[in-house]
Amino acid sequence: MSEAVIKTDKLTKRFGDFIATNEITFEVNKGEIFGFLGANGAGKTTAMRMLCGLSLPSSGEATIAGFDVYKQTEQIKKNIGYMSQKFSLYEDLTVLENINFFGGIYGLTDKEIKTKSIELIEQLGLQQQAKKLVASLPLGWKQKLSFSVAVIHEPKIVFLDEPTGGVDPVTRRQFWDLIYDAADRGVTIFVTTHYMDEAEYCNRISIMVDGSIQALDTPANLKKAFKAKDMDEVFYELARGAKRSE
Amino acid sequence: MKQFLIFIKKEFAHVIRDRKTLLILFGMPIVQILIFGFALTSEVKNAKIVIMDQANDISSEQIIAKIKASRYFEVEKTVMSHQQMENVLKQGDIRLAVVFPANFNNDLLHHNLAHIQVIADASDPNSATTLTSYIGAITQDYMTGILTTNNIPYRITPEIRFLYNPQLKGAPNYVPGVMALVLMLVCVMMTAVSIVKEKETGTMEILLVSPFSPFKIIVSKAVPYLILSLINVTSILLLSVFVLDMPINGNILLLFAESTLFIITCLTIGIFISVKTNSMQVAMLISLMGMMLPTILFSGFMFPIENMPLPLQVISNIIPAKWYYIIVKSIMIKGLGFSAIWKETLILVGITVFMLVISLKNFKIRLS
Amino acid sequence: MEAVIVKNLVKIYGKDKTAVDDVSFRINQGEIFGLIGPDGAGKTSIFRVLTTLLLPDGGSASVDGFDVVKDYKQIRSKVGYMPGKFSLYQDLSVEENLNFFATIFNTTVKENYHLIKNIYIQLEPFKSRKAGQLSGGMKQKLALCCALIHKPTVLFLDEPTTGVDPVSRKEFWEMLKQLKSQQITIVVSTPYMDEANMCDRIALIQSGKLLSIDSPKNIITSYPEQLYAVKANNMHVLLKVLRKYEQVMSSYAFGEFAHVSFKDPGFNPDQAITYLKDQGLSDIELKKTAVTIEDCFIKLL
Repeated sequence: MSEAVIKTDKLTKRFGDFIATNEITFEVNKGEIFGFLGANGAGKTTAMRMLCGLSLPSSGEATIAGFDVYKQTEQIKKNIGYMSQKFSLYEDLTVLENINFFGGIYGLTDKEIKTKSIELIEQLGLQQQAKKLVASLPLGWKQKLSFSVAVIHEPKIVFLDEPTGGVDPVTRRQFWDLIYDAADRGVTIFVTTHYMDEAEYCNRISIMVDGSIQALDTPANLKKAFKAKDMDEVFYELARGAKRSE
Repeated sequence: MKQFLIFIKKEFAHVIRDRKTLLILFGMPIVQILIFGFALTSEVKNAKIVIMDQANDISSEQIIAKIKASRYFEVEKTVMSHQQMENVLKQGDIRLAVVFPANFNNDLLHHNLAHIQVIADASDPNSATTLTSYIGAITQDYMTGILTTNNIPYRITPEIRFLYNPQLKGAPNYVPGVMALVLMLVCVMMTAVSIVKEKETGTMEILLVSPFSPFKIIVSKAVPYLILSLINVTSILLLSVFVLDMPINGNILLLFAESTLFIITCLTIGIFISVKTNSMQVAMLISLMGMMLPTILFSGFMFPIENMPLPLQVISNIIPAKWYYIIVKSIMIKGLGFSAIWKETLILVGITVFMLVISLKNFKIRLS
Repeated sequence: MEAVIVKNLVKIYGKDKTAVDDVSFRINQGEIFGLIGPDGAGKTSIFRVLTTLLLPDGGSASVDGFDVVKDYKQIRSKVGYMPGKFSLYQDLSVEENLNFFATIFNTTVKENYHLIKNIYIQLEPFKSRKAGQLSGGMKQKLALCCALIHKPTVLFLDEPTTGVDPVSRKEFWEMLKQLKSQQITIVVSTPYMDEANMCDRIALIQSGKLLSIDSPKNIITSYPEQLYAVKANNMHVLLKVLRKYEQVMSSYAFGEFAHVSFKDPGFNPDQAITYLKDQGLSDIELKKTAVTIEDCFIKLL
């Protein structure tokens, strides 16, 4: 029996009359790669913000790594990593400076930061670029580096918001290797993506439509249930009926 | 032409739909005028004073009546002895004491010389000077009065006249200054920001890839702000006439024509900034630091230019606001005509043409 | 006649950042031409040169027979352009945006309504809503309408589907197909490899260099090896094990399968199954599979 690190019960967020996230209930287990899919505006971002302790739910319950999203947001933040396509690293700092900065932010000691940064740079093959500005790196490298930085403090859970958007197919796969490695170390991965082939790489996926979770299972089971040949069809089947978007 | 109109319509839509900008645009001049006009003036109003009238004759009473009628003074108390007066002064909220000695009227009529003692609280030297000069003005006024009624010729009285601003009001100095400041801000910053915003959001890309020429884009960006600025000029003038009691002595049309010229000067500066920058933040900073500060420092409405060291005096010459300030003062307060300000007008035209030429030279018909 | 001709195009930013490196291609009139490549491949730079927004640093390009440097004015009045970022006025309504762009391009909405009719019908219920309040998919439709309203001869769409969910993406491509029937040449860029099949011809591009130009079908048939799809109980282990296997030429994850090609064309795949079993994997499935554009792209990198 594996332990659940994310647990939600009828988690809801309202903005006035608008219900962005409507009573979502699910669990994610330790070391699991959990794909969080949905059309634009289905409520993914809102849900993710609540789980990261960035936004208070309107109703419902949720615990992240055992901490309550209402009262223990500080503890939650210590136990999670976050990376998004839009913001991840400081472009005007060097690779090393970014690692040092985020290591410091996440409360690592100087010694830990030192060993971590050597390890990380080696793992990513960035020896030549360590002292270069992040702005000069290709997008794929940035994204890999930014993922490594997001898990530098060995968080229990890492939230990835469309981490591979616009990245070339080879780098995208290298990125997923990093995700697999982290999952093998016991880090729980919570990831959103628009690439349906990436949905297949997840252990389980949920698909949100109009604020609520319409499907939640392993990719294989979902395909079976929807009699679809790939995830693209499953998604299309579900999201087609969506009434709202962003 | 139709393209032009729809562009201008679009610009107005941007301004009108952005409530905050709208508030700043029209609220700022009003707030500034009121702040400068009332709060920051050097004129002192309703100063509390005491009067000790030992004469109690017709002249002293008439002068006291004049003082009481003035809106600068509020007679708090009338005292009878020096001891009493000192006590009152020590309380601290009395700014000034006026003492009429006994036989005041007698001295005035027979010796042609009478004294009034004016004791001012000089802990605030500026207002002390101002208040004593008000008392001086009131007594002079009274003397002029008896001289004419008695119709005695050849009597020479020293006369102090406060030119152009006989009531020594603070507003005349500030209104032209605020006008320069507000126009500078609205025209330079708003134009620069609105053009740079199109670059930032990417709409400039689409506009460039259209048959509407870049030059026309710039002109149609400027026109709405010209109109908005003229509305601002009007509202400032209305405020100063009806709220600050400050008449426009010169030709209103000339004033508007000169204001339009200054607005165009500012628009060309705004356009130049927008040509040279790519982010709204930078455009805003340059407009504020590069334009606001020099306008306040060097236009002459807050700090007299004559008192500055020579190098700064030279620098002040390239500040358009300085010339506009002189022009507005000349028309509004001195009531002078174009012949008195043609030189300043010419300088503004020169600056405008210069800015326009370098803006157009630097304007890119492509990205980067 | 060719709608677009690009010859040895070079674009360099700053001192040494080569965004477009000696790129040449031709686009026929009335075709949908796709520039396929990841972010930073140089797609946007090529688009900006073709829409006269950037000057090339080398080579030449023409659109509809007009040179992008000399005849920029003619090009600007003929082409339609939809930049990558949503670039309409957020504070203007749907209708106002459309009217504005129609007028700027010296035309009226009425005159070319037939072109946008099918798309605009979906926007009509929201015509007085501000563009900033539209959904992602709707914004895109509006942007497309605005780029089409002057009946351009060539339509440039820079990453119209980036960040858009699969359903809206599908709809968008349906619209492009309809436009094609109106004889408008469409040049579109995308980082999504699966969209390549919607184009008549595609150019695969990476780091400023063209990897291949042809019809998607030809690119796929020119793939040299037989491709296999493999599945096992643990994908991560499977990938690791395949990489170590000496018979393997290339292997990588591809949806629920791993795509594998072998060095020896006469290789018997049953050997691989035995090998994988020996490595402790179970539920092994191995079958021949069709090549996709993404496989070709990976091969060319």
